[in-house]
Amino acid sequence: MSAIRDSEAIRPPQSAGGGRSAWQRLRRNNNARKLVACIIGALVAAVITGPSGSVSHPTAGFTGALFHPRVIVFLVLGVLLWLAMVGRETLSENIKTVTAPISMARTRWLGDPKVRYSLYAALLIFAIIYPRSLSSFWQGVLVDQIGVYVLLAIGLNVVVGFAGLLDLGYIAFYAIGAYSCAYWTGALPIKPVFHLNPFVSIVFAVAAAMIAGVILGAPTLRLRGDYLAIVTLGFGEIITIYANNLQSVTGGAGGTNVVPHLSVNLLGLKYHWKLDSLPYYYLLLVFVVAILVMFRALENSRVGRAWTAIREDEVAAEASGVNTFKYKLLAFAMGASTSGFAGVLFASKVQTLYPSSFALTESILILVLVIFGGMGSLPGAVLGAAVLQWLPQFLRGKINQADLFLYLGALLIIMMIFRPQGIWPSRRRARELAMAEAGLTEADAVSGPTAGEVQ
Amino acid sequence: MTVNAEAIARPEDVTDPILHVDHVTLRFGGVTSLSDVSLQQQRGEILAVIGPNGAGKTSLFNSITGVYTPQEGSITFAPTGAHQVSVVGRKVHHVTKLGVARTFQNIRLFAALTAFENVKIGVESRQRTGPVGAMLRLPHMRREEREGDERATELLDFVGLRSRANELASSLPYGAQRRLEIARALGTQPQLLLLDEPAAGTNPVEKQELETLIRHINTEMGVSVLLIEHDMRLVMSVATRVVVLNFGKVIAQGLPSDVQRDPAVVEAYLGKAPDAHDAPEQGSES
Amino acid sequence: MCLTHNFWGFFVPGLANGFLYALIALGYTLVYGVLQLINFAHSEVFMSGGFAGLFTLNWLIGKHHPAGMSSVGYVVIGCVAGAVGGGVVAYLLERVAYRPLRRRHAPKLAFLISAIGASYFLLNLAGKEFGRDSRPIAQPFTQTQTDPLFKIFGTGVSLYYAVIAVVAIIMLVMLDRLVNKTRLGQGIRAVAQDADTAGLMGVDINRVIAQTFIVGGLLGGAAGFLYGLGPANVSYTMGFTPGLKAFTAAVLGGIGNIRGAMLGGLLLGIIENLSVACISPSWVDVVSFFILVLVLLVRPTGILGERLGRSA
Ligand SMILES: Nc1ncnc2c1ncn2[C@@H]1O[C@H](COP(=O)(O)OP(=O)(O)O)[C@@H](O)[C@H]1O
Ligand SMILES: [Mg+2]
Repeated sequence: MSAIRDSEAIRPPQSAGGGRSAWQRLRRNNNARKLVACIIGALVAAVITGPSGSVSHPTAGFTGALFHPRVIVFLVLGVLLWLAMVGRETLSENIKTVTAPISMARTRWLGDPKVRYSLYAALLIFAIIYPRSLSSFWQGVLVDQIGVYVLLAIGLNVVVGFAGLLDLGYIAFYAIGAYSCAYWTGALPIKPVFHLNPFVSIVFAVAAAMIAGVILGAPTLRLRGDYLAIVTLGFGEIITIYANNLQSVTGGAGGTNVVPHLSVNLLGLKYHWKLDSLPYYYLLLVFVVAILVMFRALENSRVGRAWTAIREDEVAAEASGVNTFKYKLLAFAMGASTSGFAGVLFASKVQTLYPSSFALTESILILVLVIFGGMGSLPGAVLGAAVLQWLPQFLRGKINQADLFLYLGALLIIMMIFRPQGIWPSRRRARELAMAEAGLTEADAVSGPTAGEVQ
Repeated sequence: MTVNAEAIARPEDVTDPILHVDHVTLRFGGVTSLSDVSLQQQRGEILAVIGPNGAGKTSLFNSITGVYTPQEGSITFAPTGAHQVSVVGRKVHHVTKLGVARTFQNIRLFAALTAFENVKIGVESRQRTGPVGAMLRLPHMRREEREGDERATELLDFVGLRSRANELASSLPYGAQRRLEIARALGTQPQLLLLDEPAAGTNPVEKQELETLIRHINTEMGVSVLLIEHDMRLVMSVATRVVVLNFGKVIAQGLPSDVQRDPAVVEAYLGKAPDAHDAPEQGSES
Repeated sequence: MCLTHNFWGFFVPGLANGFLYALIALGYTLVYGVLQLINFAHSEVFMSGGFAGLFTLNWLIGKHHPAGMSSVGYVVIGCVAGAVGGGVVAYLLERVAYRPLRRRHAPKLAFLISAIGASYFLLNLAGKEFGRDSRPIAQPFTQTQTDPLFKIFGTGVSLYYAVIAVVAIIMLVMLDRLVNKTRLGQGIRAVAQDADTAGLMGVDINRVIAQTFIVGGLLGGAAGFLYGLGPANVSYTMGFTPGLKAFTAAVLGGIGNIRGAMLGGLLLGIIENLSVACISPSWVDVVSFFILVLVLLVRPTGILGERLGRSA
C-alpha cells in the first residue's frame, strides 16, 4: 500500500537555493515542466494521428508526422493547452462563476424525484422514437455496436465500479453465453440433449456464464485483488484458444452453424425477430432499461452498501460483518452473467459465431467504455458505451480503424491521470476517489483484507 | 494487596465467562506480539486491558476478532444460551456474526459515506436481503430496509449523533468519529464489544461523555465490554477488572485499585519504580 | 508414456524458453517488489526490446552473412540494443503511466487500469509505425539455428539455445550482484521492504522506482531480442503470450522474490515444453494458465515465498 505513495513530501529538504544551476531551477519550475509535458503530448498526438509507417520504412510514420507542416497545428494546440493550464487559477474562477449556478441547479433539479423521473421518461421516449428515423446502417450500429455494448458496460460496471475489482477477461463470459445459446439451439457441431428456443436458452446460457465466473473467481478472489486481473486476462485468452481448437464442439475458426433468430409464441403472443435491426433494438432497450432499474435498486440496497464498504476499507467491512469474499464473488458472478446474457442476444442477432469476435481486445474495449463513462455510475456506463461506440462509426473512413486501440489506450491513461471518476461520475465514487487521494479511504478492492498490520 | 498474574488467575472467579483466552501465543517472524496470554471475561463485565505501547493489546483484539491467527493457544467465545465456540481461524465477519464487535485504534470509518450509512452497514450484517430481493425490491426487503433505517437512527441517537446523521463520516470531529465507530459496532448486535483506545485524542468533555456511553452500553444494552485504554481515570471509573500486558505477557490482573499499586505494573510503565503511587496515571501519557 | 520417448529433446528447448521467461519474470517481480503492482505493460517493454534489437541488426548487418567473431559481436550488440530499447520504454512508462498517479495517491485500481492503457497504446503504436505483419530479423550468425552445436544426453543443442543460455546466465548473475552488492540494489530492497521508512531514511523513492523499472526493462528488452532471434522475426503482438507466461513464472516462484522469478521461469519453460510431448502444440498456451490457477489455489505465495526486501 504505502509503497505507491509519492516521496515528495518526505524527501529531505533541499539545501538553500544558492547552489542550484539555472537548469535545475528550470526543472523545478512547475510551469516550465507543464510546457514541456504539453509539447511532448502535442508531438505524441501528431504521431498517433499521423501517417502509418510500414515494414520497409519503420521511421516513415514518425518523419511523416513530425516533419510536416501539420505538426505546427499540434504545437499550437499544445501551447494553448499549456496557457489554459497555467491560467487555470483565474480561468477556473471565471468558469466557476458560470458553472456554479448550473451545477447548483443540477443538484437541485435532479435531486427532485419528479424532475428526475420526467427527465428519464423524456430520454426513454427519445430512445424509442428517434431510431425509427435512422438509416438501416445506423440502426445496425445501434444494435451491434451500441446496444449490446451498453449492456456489457453495465455488467462490467458492477465488477469494476461497484466492487472495485478489475476483470480483464470479461468478454470470455460473453463468449460462454453466446456459445451456450448456439449449443442449446442446435447450432454447434455437437448436438444438445434437447433443442431450446433461443429465449429459453437465455436461462441456461446465463447460468453457464455465472458458473464459469464462480469457478474462476472463487480461488482467485480469496487472494489479493490484482491477481483477479491477471487470471481473468489469461482466461480471456484461453477461451479463444478453446473456441478455436475444439473444432468438433465449437466449429473452430470456421464458425458455428446458424443460430436461429429469437422468437416468442406464448399465450397467443407470437413474434419472430428477423434480420431487421429495429426489433432487436427495442428488445435490447427493454432489457437495458429493466437491468438499469434493477441495478439501481441493488446499488442502494444492503448489497450495494456492502460493496461500498469493501471498496473503502476491507478490514472495517469485515469487522462490520460484511463477508467480503462473498460480495466480491457476487459482483464478479453478476458481471459474468450479464455478459453471458448479452452473448445470447449477440448470438441470435449475428447468427454465426467466430472465435475472433471474442478476442481479448473486446474486454479492454468494454473496460474503456466503463472507465470513460465513470466507474460505479450506471448512466455513465450507458453514456460511455454510447459515445465511444458511436464515435468510431462516425469517424469511419476519416481515421484508420486499425488504430482504434491506440486511441483507447491513450484515453485510459489520460482518464486515470486527469479524470479517474469519468465523464458522468457516480457522486459516491467521485467522493471516494478524492478521499483516497487524501489517504482517507482505498477506493478499490485490490489490496485485499489482510494487507499488513491492522491497528 | 499486591496481586500478580499467578495469584489472580482463578477460574472460579469467573463463573459465567463470555470470553476465554487460553495460553495464546502470536508471532510475526521474529517478533512475539503475544506470549502465553490467558484471561477470562465474565458475562456483563467491563474488563480493561492496559499496558504500554507495543505491549500487544491491539494484537490481542486482532486475535479475538479473527484478523490474526495465533500460533498457539485457544480463544473461545460463549454467546448467551449457546455453546462456546472457538474463534481462532475463523473469518472476521464470522466472528462478528457470532456477536463480537470492535472499534479500531486508528478510526476506520467508511470515510466517503454518511454517518447514517456507516451505522446502517453494521446493522445490515444481521439482515438477509440478497441480490435478487434487492434488485426486485420485494416487499420483505423493503420491510427490512425500513427496520434497518429505524435501528440505525436509534443507534445514532444513542451515541448522540442523530443530528449529524447525514454528514460525511470523515467530516465529523474526532470524538464524534469515535462514537460513530461505536454505533457502527453496536449495529452488528454484539454481546461483546471490543473498544481499542476509544478516548485517544478526545477532549475532557468528550471523555466524560464516553464514560457515560460505555456505562450505558454495558447496563442498558447488556453488552460486555473489553476496553483498551491509556486513560487511567476512565479505566478506574468504568472497569470492573483490569488486565495488564507488557511485552506480550500478562503481568498482572485484578481489581483496578489493586492493579494500580502493583510494583510490576509500575515498573512496566516507568521502567524503574521510585514511587508506586501515581505510576499508571503517568502511563496514560505513553 | 509420452515423455520417455525423447525427454531431453523436449527438455533443452524448454530450458531455453525458461531462461527467457526468467528474464521477463524479473521485470514483473522487481516492479512488484517496489510498488506491489502488476505491471501490465511489461509485455510491451519486451516487445520494444525485440524491435530495438531488430532495427539495430538490420541496419548493421544489411545483406551480409556474418560468421565467427563478428557473429558474437552482433549478438552482443543486438542484446544491448534490445536492453536499451526495453529500458527506455520502461522508464517512459513509469514517468507517464505511473508517476502522475503516485503523486496523486491514486488507488491501486487506477494504476492497473493506467498500465493496461499503456500496454494497448504501446502495442498499437508499434503496430502503426512498424507495420502489423511480422518483421524479419537479420541473422547475426550464418549457421542455421537448428543445426546442433554440441550434444548433451544425445540431444543436439543448437546455437540459438546456447546463445540464450549464455546471455541469460550472464544477465541473471549481473542482476543478482546488482541487487545484493550495490547502492541501487540496497535502495530497491529498502523500498521493497518499507517505502515510507526508506523515504524517511533519505532514500529518493521516485528515483529508486524509476531505476527499478529500467532494470526490469533492460532484462525484458534483451529477452525480447533473443525471443525474436528464434523465429527470426518480431511483431507488435509478440509480447502478449510470453508476458502472461512470465507473470505466471513470477507467481510460481513467489512474486517479489528475485530468485523465485528465476526459478519459476526455468520451471515453467521446462514444464510447458515437456507437456508439448504429451498434448498437441496448439494447447500449449493453456498449460501455463492452469499452472497459474493451480499455484494460486495451492500455494499463492509461490515456491520460494513472496519477498524482495528481506533477501533477494
Ligand atoms: N501484522 C503484524 N506484522 C508484524 N508485526 C506486528 C503485526 N501486528 C502487530 N505487530 C507487532 O506486535 C507488537 C504489538 O503491537 P500492538 O498489538 O499493536 O501493541 P499495542 O496495541 O499494545 O500498542 C508490536 O511490536 C507490533 O509491531
Ligand atoms: Mg494498539
